[in-house]
Amino acid sequence: MDTPYDTTLPPHLRSLKEEIEGYARGYGLDFYETIFEVIDAEDLNEIAAYGGFPTRYPHWSFGMSYEELRKGYDYGLSKIYEMVINNDPCYAYLMRSNHTVDQKLVMAHVYGHCDFFKNNAYFGHTNRKMMDEMANHGARIRHYVERFGEDEVEAFLDRCMSIDDLIDVHSTAIRRREPVSRYDFTPEQDDSAETRATRFKSKDYMDDYINPRDLLKKEEEERRKAKEQISRSFPERPEKDVLLFLIENAPLKNWQRDVLEIVRDEAYYFAPQGMTKVANEGWASYWHSTIMTQKAMSPSEVIDFADHHSGTMAVSRGRINPYKLGIELLRDIEHRWNTGKFGKEYEECDDLEKKRKWDKQLGLGRQKIFEVRRIHNDITFIDTFLTPEFCVQHNMFAFAWQEQAGNYFIESRDFEKIKQRLLFSLTNFGKPWIYVVDGNFRNRGELLLKHQHTGVELRLDHAAETLTNLQFLWGRPVHLQTLVEGKPTMLSFDGTEHSTKTGGETDEPKRNPGKTR
Amino acid sequence: MGQKIERDHQRFRKLVRGKVKSNLSKYISRGEMIGKKGNDLVSIPLPQIEMPQFRYGNKGSGGVGQGDGQVGQPLGPGQGEPSSGAGDQPGGHILEVELTMEEMAQILGEELALPRIEPRGKKNIVTTRDKYTGIRQAGPESLRHFKRTFKRALRRQIASQAYDPLIPIVVPIRQDKQYRSWKDVQLPQSVAVLIYMMDVSGSMTDEQKEIVRIEAFWIDTWIKAHYKGVETAYIIHDAAAQEVDEHTFYHTRESGGTKISSAYILADKIISARYPPDQWNIYAFHFSDGDNWSDDTTHCLEILQEKLLPRLNLFGYGQVESPYGSGEFYEYVHELLGDRPNVVCSRIPDREAILGSIKEFLGTGR
Repeated sequence: MDTPYDTTLPPHLRSLKEEIEGYARGYGLDFYETIFEVIDAEDLNEIAAYGGFPTRYPHWSFGMSYEELRKGYDYGLSKIYEMVINNDPCYAYLMRSNHTVDQKLVMAHVYGHCDFFKNNAYFGHTNRKMMDEMANHGARIRHYVERFGEDEVEAFLDRCMSIDDLIDVHSTAIRRREPVSRYDFTPEQDDSAETRATRFKSKDYMDDYINPRDLLKKEEEERRKAKEQISRSFPERPEKDVLLFLIENAPLKNWQRDVLEIVRDEAYYFAPQGMTKVANEGWASYWHSTIMTQKAMSPSEVIDFADHHSGTMAVSRGRINPYKLGIELLRDIEHRWNTGKFGKEYEECDDLEKKRKWDKQLGLGRQKIFEVRRIHNDITFIDTFLTPEFCVQHNMFAFAWQEQAGNYFIESRDFEKIKQRLLFSLTNFGKPWIYVVDGNFRNRGELLLKHQHTGVELRLDHAAETLTNLQFLWGRPVHLQTLVEGKPTMLSFDGTEHSTKTGGETDEPKRNPGKTR
Repeated sequence: MGQKIERDHQRFRKLVRGKVKSNLSKYISRGEMIGKKGNDLVSIPLPQIEMPQFRYGNKGSGGVGQGDGQVGQPLGPGQGEPSSGAGDQPGGHILEVELTMEEMAQILGEELALPRIEPRGKKNIVTTRDKYTGIRQAGPESLRHFKRTFKRALRRQIASQAYDPLIPIVVPIRQDKQYRSWKDVQLPQSVAVLIYMMDVSGSMTDEQKEIVRIEAFWIDTWIKAHYKGVETAYIIHDAAAQEVDEHTFYHTRESGGTKISSAYILADKIISARYPPDQWNIYAFHFSDGDNWSDDTTHCLEILQEKLLPRLNLFGYGQVESPYGSGEFYEYVHELLGDRPNVVCSRIPDREAILGSIKEFLGTGR
């Protein structure tokens, strides 16, 4: 890698690394080779602004993050402790000015992350050579900048980044449809097997009675019609991966398509980190705390460790700290599976005192949390393991927006409500669900998107601007179905002006009511 | 710093400053230059360009928090960001630093190399304050000096051999009791009044008012660091002038012509009625886009020279640039500069010029 930084690991850190790595392996953590690079705060801010990849493509938004990080650091408001890249080998960055105890803590934390990256199912699909891939992306985009001009490429990137969250994170695990090749020109086969009517076995002389001709014909006709309907709807099913749909179908120039693909690739690469923030940070924190307190820490470092650990774990009223929630949930799981506080027998026990003292000495805790880190993302993690006792113990509450006062207020301390709010905020990264419903809307090549309404309405100013960007990519008018103040509304942008239409869903008879879900 | 981020950062700065033509300009939020004054919080400006994306609005939104609080209790402002899931974006867009106003004024002073303001020689107003300095034998029970009283009681009991260390009971009697006493202290106090005048005629846009707001805030901060008991008066004018409160001052938009003399006459009246110059340090700042009825200008200068200037510590004229104003008034005030030491004028074409203009205003050390 071509970097301007001096990243050699000084001898004392090298021996520390070996020590901590040994502890981590001793506990059964399993990770790719991890490379620590020691850099100054300024460089760390720079790399962090690039999402951890010093070789990333140029864009002003990284400059914006950089300014924020640098100001935060300069004014002593925030400091990046650890940064680790999901790659094989894993790269992790240490700040040169950190004290030894911090370096230990960061290393232990990093090994937790590396183990999670390698073993968690949701990271299974990610490119483990992303460091190189990002450099390739960078080179390609720089090349386009040279050919087509900075303003042109930047403006296009801006539009892509404005919709880079319209991906289908689960498509990496489920194949919803066969990939469409742009170079597949074989004409569509009229697959007669599907349209042919049901024929029953019969002897020749009975055939006219068992399979009456006109009935067969009618059935065949019906089936063909149904099939035509399906093939006429485009996409066949509502498509959540809007970026893919655009890549495959929008009239883009080659370089534009390539840029869009780059943005989509990176979005998919970063998606698992968003999906497992709580579990991942919890896991890493669990391990830094375990390794530090049980192995790595010397007595003189206790205070500094406690100070920094508690800093990471600080809770605020208006926001859940994923580090704190994650580590506490994991510890709770470990405790419950050590003592056997789970399963039917425990759930059905009415005696609170007995429940409190419940201890079957199973000792399954460690094993269980290793299983959790392998198969769970944040949603399943919280859905499965958040208990009412946990919410009470950690003083959790749900808050909601009140329109009149214009602020948030504590809505409830009920377990159900807390869980619902928490899961909602994690579902689809807390972003609205947007599908492509029709790529040939009104048979005029217009693009129809649908916001699957889940109780919270869209921010309209943003929605309108995002539609503008979509329209640019699609080339034809774009529409978005959503609810505004409870009423079905269609927001449209035709390339010159925005319009909003309240009322019926579309001005076209509904073609296929079952499909749009 | 690597070259790469330097480039991206420069690009971002250019976008924010509008030096690059881009359709992003409408998404720029400037962060706040001024924080909450009450809580001594200052926010650091952090310009952001917010990428438009499909996202949830406030209505119906919510989240989960941790901590105390009754159901129904509102969360403080800034708390309760509906966590956009576990995104990797950092939270708020405004950094907040806790600073006292004095610290801020100090930073301002250092940054701009401002001289300290020398209040006018007079020890203007004298206030009386109670200072508890002494002890006496009589007084109200509420002022009883507990420690001294019991010490005396103990001493008396030991002397009279009434004290038994095994049963350490000390009972003060009338003569033991000691009370705090106070002295009236005369405290000289320097007081100042700030009179802000702003042209709110049709040609002043919101952007210009924002400039005035930021400028006035810093002037306020600086002067308050040097005086106790600063009062402010706000005057808005178009063709006529009126005194208003702070909120109105910054939020009114009138239309119509401009007659600057009306504001000066009103300022003169306010000074005569409420702030006699032998007791007050008076600062007046006038912000305008420099457009005036032409036959009014001579009248203005007359009032300024004869009535206002002799009584003011400082008169500042700040001219913001507007697309409509002619800006000629600046020239007239500028001519006064030579004869009158207590006049400053400054042009403020855009936000970038605010700092320089503050320095011009306050650099006189008056």
